[in-house]
Amino acid sequence: MLLHDKDRIFTNLYGRHDWRLEGAKKRGCWNGTAEILQQGRDWIIDEMKGSGLRGRGGAGFPTGLKWSFMPKEVGARPHYLVVNADESEPGTCKDREIMRNDPHHLIEGCLVASFAMQAHACYIYIRGEYVHERERLEAAIAEAYEAKLIGKDNVNGWDFDLYIHHGAGAYICGEETALLESLEGKKGQPRMKPPFPAGAGLYGCPTTVNNVESIAVAPTILRRGKEWFLQFGRPNNSGTKIFSISGHVNAPCNVEEAMSIPLKKLIETYAGGVRGGWDNLKAVIPGGSSVPLIPKDICDDVLMDFDALRDVKSGLGTAAVIVMDNSTDVVKAIARISYFYKHESCGQCTPCREGTGWMWRVLERMARGEAEIGEIDDLLDVAGQVEGHTICALGDAAAWPVQGLIRHFRHEIEDRINNYRAGKPVFVPVAAE
Amino acid sequence: MSENTRTIIIDGEEITVPQDYNLLQAAEAAGREIPRFCYHERLSVAGNCRMCLVELVGAPKPVASCAFLVRDMRGGPNGEPPAMRTLSPLVKKAREGVMEFLLINHPLDCPICDQGGECDLQDQSLMYGRAGSRYGENKRAVEDKYMGPLIKTVMTRCIQCTRCVRFATEIAGVPEVGAIGRGEDMEITTYLEQSMTSELSGNVIDLCPVGALTSRPYAFNARPWELTKTETIDVMDAIGSNIRVDSRSGAVLRILPRIHEGVNEEWISDKTRFVWDGLGRQRLDKPYVRKGGKLTAIGWDEALTVAAEKLSGDASKIGVIAGDLNDTEGLKAAKDLFDALGVKSLDCRQDGSKLGGGPREGYLFNTTIAGIDKADAILLIGTNPRVDAPVLNARIRQRWLNGKLDVAMIGEAVDLTYPYEHLGSGPDAIGALAKKRSGFIKTLKDAKNPIIILGSGATARADGAQVLRAAGELAKAAGVVREGWNGFSVLHTAASRVGALDLGFLPGEGGRDTQAILDGAGKGEVDTVVLLGADEIDTAKLGKAFVIYAGHHGDAGAMRADLILPSAAYTEKPGLYVNTEGRAQLADRAVFPKGEAKEDWAIFRALSARLNRTLPYDSLNALRAKLIEEIESFGQIDHAPGAEGTGSFDPSTLGEAGEVSSEPFVSPVKDFYLTNAIARASKTMAECSAAAKAARATLQAAE
Repeated sequence: MLLHDKDRIFTNLYGRHDWRLEGAKKRGCWNGTAEILQQGRDWIIDEMKGSGLRGRGGAGFPTGLKWSFMPKEVGARPHYLVVNADESEPGTCKDREIMRNDPHHLIEGCLVASFAMQAHACYIYIRGEYVHERERLEAAIAEAYEAKLIGKDNVNGWDFDLYIHHGAGAYICGEETALLESLEGKKGQPRMKPPFPAGAGLYGCPTTVNNVESIAVAPTILRRGKEWFLQFGRPNNSGTKIFSISGHVNAPCNVEEAMSIPLKKLIETYAGGVRGGWDNLKAVIPGGSSVPLIPKDICDDVLMDFDALRDVKSGLGTAAVIVMDNSTDVVKAIARISYFYKHESCGQCTPCREGTGWMWRVLERMARGEAEIGEIDDLLDVAGQVEGHTICALGDAAAWPVQGLIRHFRHEIEDRINNYRAGKPVFVPVAAE
Repeated sequence: MSENTRTIIIDGEEITVPQDYNLLQAAEAAGREIPRFCYHERLSVAGNCRMCLVELVGAPKPVASCAFLVRDMRGGPNGEPPAMRTLSPLVKKAREGVMEFLLINHPLDCPICDQGGECDLQDQSLMYGRAGSRYGENKRAVEDKYMGPLIKTVMTRCIQCTRCVRFATEIAGVPEVGAIGRGEDMEITTYLEQSMTSELSGNVIDLCPVGALTSRPYAFNARPWELTKTETIDVMDAIGSNIRVDSRSGAVLRILPRIHEGVNEEWISDKTRFVWDGLGRQRLDKPYVRKGGKLTAIGWDEALTVAAEKLSGDASKIGVIAGDLNDTEGLKAAKDLFDALGVKSLDCRQDGSKLGGGPREGYLFNTTIAGIDKADAILLIGTNPRVDAPVLNARIRQRWLNGKLDVAMIGEAVDLTYPYEHLGSGPDAIGALAKKRSGFIKTLKDAKNPIIILGSGATARADGAQVLRAAGELAKAAGVVREGWNGFSVLHTAASRVGALDLGFLPGEGGRDTQAILDGAGKGEVDTVVLLGADEIDTAKLGKAFVIYAGHHGDAGAMRADLILPSAAYTEKPGLYVNTEGRAQLADRAVFPKGEAKEDWAIFRALSARLNRTLPYDSLNALRAKLIEEIESFGQIDHAPGAEGTGSFDPSTLGEAGEVSSEPFVSPVKDFYLTNAIARASKTMAECSAAAKAARATLQAAE
């Protein structure tokens, strides 16, 4: 069963309706926000915990639980909410649609979340390349101020200021502590944890960093109740989620669907199916470039949620589904992803700084077949030396695609090396139909 | 187990450590060595080299032990104490991995690298690395950056540990070193590739764990294992930094800091570190006498005869001025001889300072240098600690960084690397402050550990005695001298000064001080002047007097001298130096004196025999025994009296009552790099001085 329109949170995902305050209000935004706040912050946090919402930024950490880590009382230091709109994961384009077509969901979410953690100020750190989205969001914020929905002495009864910070376009600034550094005006390099942001975050104050989608769905969850949200998806993977489907499909798109939808159904229903039919599928990267790819035999029946994809040694990540058909040079594709991580590594810690470049160079050679068979294991070992040994998760993100490639397509790399030695063409793409 | 400690398990062994230890410190307490590159005890934790990874039982990933506190460890599910492993296969593999990553882009140029033999990367690669590399790609090359005349860079060797960046930002207080670029293109550089505008910049050479930053003057001079290492004391300023002098075949090749928590921690100034090339230039290696207007080399026998002849005349017509670099033994021998001759005009204050003569507390840094760590209010009078004593200034900055510290300044408004309130430029501001009820005087009164630091330049002026009195009165009014805390501190700039003042190397009854000796020489009332390494005086004022110069460098004093008695420099003799805190420290001989030069005490012992006033000691030990017998404090090696004499000390009785002028204080240190004869003989120091001057000119032009 597919998700009904009535159960969609982002009803203007495609920008067909008015994105301004008036239109947003017609679609239900800002409806009863003051009443939600009147229920109190414990109720809000309990409701969010009960809804089973897991962070939509990639790691899938329960959002309500994250909110509850903030100190109960405001001490000498103010609390902050920071919204991570630095959506830079290749393949992912969900937050930009929220920001340009449904910005009031996000603004209302910021107010509610800030109230829940007693923050009077919230910063939205928006990706450098998102100029249009920033303009939309700024306009929407101005409307909200105008209508006294936010700001000092607003109608919702919680003094609240919302600021937008435009980043400079570095992938690493999407890492929450690097984002905080960048927001403070420093070089975007991740901080060591502990201390976690809830203890010492922005300017050393208690801070929660959430993804745009996690924040934007919060008001609707609170309005419709946790039970409503819980009915979608499998236990521990509840709710609806925006999937970004790109690559070798007939109709690339963003779509909000229930969690745990089978991957095949998702692609065939919304993206017009794989180019050349399902059997022409080679592999799928199910959650943005950083998660390991899965080959067709896994794609046949895997469900799109955190646990199911973890069980097949991949991940839901940001739910950015990158589809690759049989014409794809998968080794070259992963080499390109490796180049991206090499380029975006901040250079702070050793394994990532040195390892990403190493992996990329070896993969480029492997794509040309100019390697030794034994190097495949070396590469896997190097990826293992990067994974888990770095300050932030970029090291893991750089290692996983490589591990996925070797796990599922080792034979293809071996063939290339053998072909190269035999003087044969290393890769003959299958023409797409 | 107290609240502040915690019992944890390291490799199966239980150990109780403080909660605020990091895992690396805890492991060291348990006798485990943790390899590291970026971690340094005195810098902030960066956690970026990842070499110190350890296994935390129950944690999914290895953690950087330098950045993880014992407090944050989690115990087992059944209440077991938290556990970590430092020797497990996982840790071994992690270290090998990091080591391999560090080496893939590190050039294997150890044979031509000056760090060879004392390189952390080399050592740790041996202990924790893999046997070979699997990296077959091209290595990265990085362009070298210019970092001034002191620091040689080979940036391809850099492992981006950022120790130098953190040192510059945190300790030196000059945020001019940083990393540009990201990922594998990250490069360390100074801003616009200029030299660091810090007097402590050389310390990054010690901090650099690899050969990226090495000493430019020492480049390709020696391998560490060829050097004779002598632990001794520095004389470039009055701090008495603990240093190690490395020498080979009679030449000093480099100077490194030693750790002394109470004095210099582990930093030394650039002057201390790089002055050594001055020890090989402009040296006085033979006795000389001026014949027909020209200095002519003679033998010791003749030199002593001439000296004895000149000194056997009217004692009231003889003046003796001691310099800044003398060891106490030499001064003692000289003083004993001149006392025996009846000479009253002795002075160790060639700068004309009015300090000394009163209680010892009146001229010591009574709070002690370590006491700065406790200070919460500091008033600087007539001193620029950044050039007077850079290491001490860094300590004040550390204190300011780590906690609440209010600093105010009366004197030249200079950049101290930390903010301060400027209360005035001249001594009149001292009295004005004492009369006030609010403002900084209140801060001083309310402070728990206030310090008034009186620069030696503040008293080296015509109204010096009155300035001293005014400062003393202010100290009393603000109550900085209290039970258990003596906040009245004098910051000297001359290494020999406190020892000489302790000896009483001061004008006797009816004797002349430095100024009066010079005036007398000009008028012909003083016909023989003995300069004990005194070069900072205006030699033009010496008139027609016969000048005997006992010293080691051909500088201002030697130029004017009629007779030169060559002596040993500080690296060439064992000696006792008393630093500004009153801490007596023993220096040692690293190399022998040049040519025929002799240790100062031996010169005066020999001279005394010629004058039939033979001194009652014929060895350094006998001299020291006598010294200690007469003045007990010389025997208390490495002891700083601090607040011991507070009970009987009244700062308001120091100096002389009277009007002070409003003339602004000027620093006695006109050029940090050229404050003494050794530094002026050093090519490196001259380059630094020129670079600093150029930097100032650029800055002024920009403004």
